[in-house]
Amino acid sequence: MKNYYVGRITSAIFTLFLIATITFFMMHAIPGGPFTRERQLPPEIEQAMLERYHLDDPLLVQYKDYMLGLLTFDMGPSFRERGRMVNDLIALKFPTSAKIGLIAVLCILALAIPLGIISALKQNRPIDYLVMFSATLGVTIPSFVIATVFAYIFAVRLGWVPALGLTSWKSYIGPVIALSGYSLSFVTRLTRSSMLEVLRQDYIRTARANGIPEWKVLFKHALKNALIPVVTYVGPMIAAIITGSFVVEKIFDLNGLGVYFVTAVEKRDYTMIMGTTVTYAAIYVVMVLLVDVAYSFIDPRIRLGKKRED
Amino acid sequence: MKKLFTLLLALVLGLGLFACDGAGEASGTLKWNIGAEPLTIDPTLNGASDGGDVINQTFEGLVREVEGIINPGIAEEWEVSEDGLTVTFHLRESKWSDGSDLTAHDFEYAFKRGMDPATASEYSWIWEYTNIVGSYEAVFEDGSLDDVGVEATDDTTLVITLKQPTLYFVSLMGFYHFMPVKQSAVEAVGGEDGLWAADPNLVVSNGPFVLTAYEAGEGLTLTKNENYWNSDEVYLESIDAKFNDDAQSAYNGYQTGLFDVIPDIPRELVPTLMAEDSEFYVFPLLGTYYYNFNLDLPVYQNVKLRKAFAYAIDREAICDALGAGELPAAGFVPPGFLDNNGDDFFEVSGTYGVASDDSNFDEAVALFAEAAEEMDMTVEELQAYLSGREFSYNTSLAHAAVAQLVAESWYEVLGVDMELYNMDWSDFQDYRRDGLYEISRGGWLTDFMDPAGLLAIFTTGNSYNDPNYSNPAFDTLMSEAQAATSPSIHFSKLYQAQAILISDMPIVPVYHYSDIMMVKDHVEGWSRSVLGSIDFTHAKLTNQD
Repeated sequence: MKNYYVGRITSAIFTLFLIATITFFMMHAIPGGPFTRERQLPPEIEQAMLERYHLDDPLLVQYKDYMLGLLTFDMGPSFRERGRMVNDLIALKFPTSAKIGLIAVLCILALAIPLGIISALKQNRPIDYLVMFSATLGVTIPSFVIATVFAYIFAVRLGWVPALGLTSWKSYIGPVIALSGYSLSFVTRLTRSSMLEVLRQDYIRTARANGIPEWKVLFKHALKNALIPVVTYVGPMIAAIITGSFVVEKIFDLNGLGVYFVTAVEKRDYTMIMGTTVTYAAIYVVMVLLVDVAYSFIDPRIRLGKKRED
Repeated sequence: MKKLFTLLLALVLGLGLFACDGAGEASGTLKWNIGAEPLTIDPTLNGASDGGDVINQTFEGLVREVEGIINPGIAEEWEVSEDGLTVTFHLRESKWSDGSDLTAHDFEYAFKRGMDPATASEYSWIWEYTNIVGSYEAVFEDGSLDDVGVEATDDTTLVITLKQPTLYFVSLMGFYHFMPVKQSAVEAVGGEDGLWAADPNLVVSNGPFVLTAYEAGEGLTLTKNENYWNSDEVYLESIDAKFNDDAQSAYNGYQTGLFDVIPDIPRELVPTLMAEDSEFYVFPLLGTYYYNFNLDLPVYQNVKLRKAFAYAIDREAICDALGAGELPAAGFVPPGFLDNNGDDFFEVSGTYGVASDDSNFDEAVALFAEAAEEMDMTVEELQAYLSGREFSYNTSLAHAAVAQLVAESWYEVLGVDMELYNMDWSDFQDYRRDGLYEISRGGWLTDFMDPAGLLAIFTTGNSYNDPNYSNPAFDTLMSEAQAATSPSIHFSKLYQAQAILISDMPIVPVYHYSDIMMVKDHVEGWSRSVLGSIDFTHAKLTNQD
């Protein structure tokens, strides 16, 4: 078991290393650079800028320096926001995204799983149709539409919530709804179909035949197995949601990290591109690891690090 | 067209009518959305309009330009020598926000800091255009800062030596790059790289307001600077500013009372607001939207073909489609520049026969046929030859909309079916600079109160001469205009130069940019510089409930 974790963590670090490497070289391969301007900078100035950020070093040297910095969690200075360090910017922006993201994740789990179960149990009944209809809407309506419409109706027209920023608890409603819409619907559908699948299994029939109370059949035997695909999806989903969303942060004017995923690339802010990518990748890798751990709790047959010996 | 211009002018002038009566106690907090968070608010390092808007409140240069008028700023008066080569500024006695004296030496320090490659200011290129002795060498060629023609001869006198007469020099001194900075603040520990200007504990400034809070990603607070020389005429107690760069959400904030001033409005709302809302403002912006022909390619060397393209678009239809007060462009110089007679350069130059609507279409067809003949081709052959070629722009919905209208018009009028081609901005800069295009989008905004700042980019070898246009007659007129010591000669050369440029048509001028913003009716006394910075020096809030 211990060996297993060592192995997993080593491979997680290796994955991160690969992601950082690939991003680094891809980013330098695209045309334009952080100092591309409509008005070209005077050569002396451009040189001074390049030296300041060591962009005049050979690419491999830059790569080495960057990776060494990364080992000590130093992501260097932003190339566009003068005088600011990428670490500081992420430390400033990430908590906002994470806070809203975590609330969204909790809402998703608290609503989607029960709704999925109800839907599965009441298959082809009105409540199932209602839930599935809403879930289809939720999957198909993009978050920017939800966010824009929400802001227009509840902030501008009705004035029930603040239009911008996070000034009161009410400010969280819009961003959380917009952020969770898609995943909430997706997890509902996933729970439903997975639950239906499990309920058709022989062992459920056996359990019922043995007179085990229905609630126990459902929650102890069926749900546990039905949750495996859900957990698989939810892990990476958490990584995606807590790192923020460009559109939601734009529309509700939140001081979050999500915006940087787009603007850093547009502005060729190399260190910021690396910063956002590495942060996201690190959270992603950790979530995947947690998913594996969660499997072993849900289904003891899945033994970490051991070959199945049936 | 003319009506629209008059309307714009009326709007601009109308602002001047908001009188500020009497000096009272400063009161009220203005809620201002700046737009995107400025990358820096250090005047010397800044290179963007959002930063410029903040700096215009927190700093003041030798002069302050308001609605095209050059007012004394920190300089009480100035004189230019007869040969036009020496400009002497006499500074008023004034103080920094920390109470220390502001002297001519602070200006000397700030100017040399701007030129110093070690500072790596994005705006350092502008020194070439100041024509200050030694400034080009300092910025571009490792020249010494000691050889630069900027000298504080005493605490209140700043003497500038120019290598050639530069009529726009004084007006340039109102621009943010030329604001004074205090050496001890700039060099304060923890204030490196311009951070001092965004740190309330370190910042020292000399404008009507001073920074008192800064929250990265959120906003900043400006408070009335009691040490400002003209603080009796500053009426706002403070300005609460936010960084919101999404037009829709900022407009939501404006409607719900979170903002008094917003710099951008969702495009689709503009036509209605422009017609119905007294709080909506349109200003001409000193810039032009155009298309470059790649003159290195033989086919575009035919002037009749270039003219056929230029005549085959309906500029009014494009401006209507954009709908934010853009003006059809016949020449390259937008409205806003007053010539030696006080007339607007744009109005005086006229249209050179380039129609703003579709009335040139027949001529375009005729020119296209003549061009084909000169190239020994039939019209059909020339159409086929040009069709499918790249017509490129940097990715944006607005650029795409304009390019589609233009391409459609070229297809309908000339039978040429260009291939629309877009790429992201950084990519596009390289592509265009390297001359890899056939016809490409261009846009130019100037920071000079002089049409030369625009026209000069088409002189031979200029780095922004994307079409690679070269006409010795044009070059000569431009250098004569530059060397002129009298405004009348200067402007007559510029008028002739633009006439030559448009008769050669190395570009297709499409429209002149506009700037839109919304300001609540209860905000009065605010103004705007022709160069585009908002000015809250004399703003006040009235009847607010």
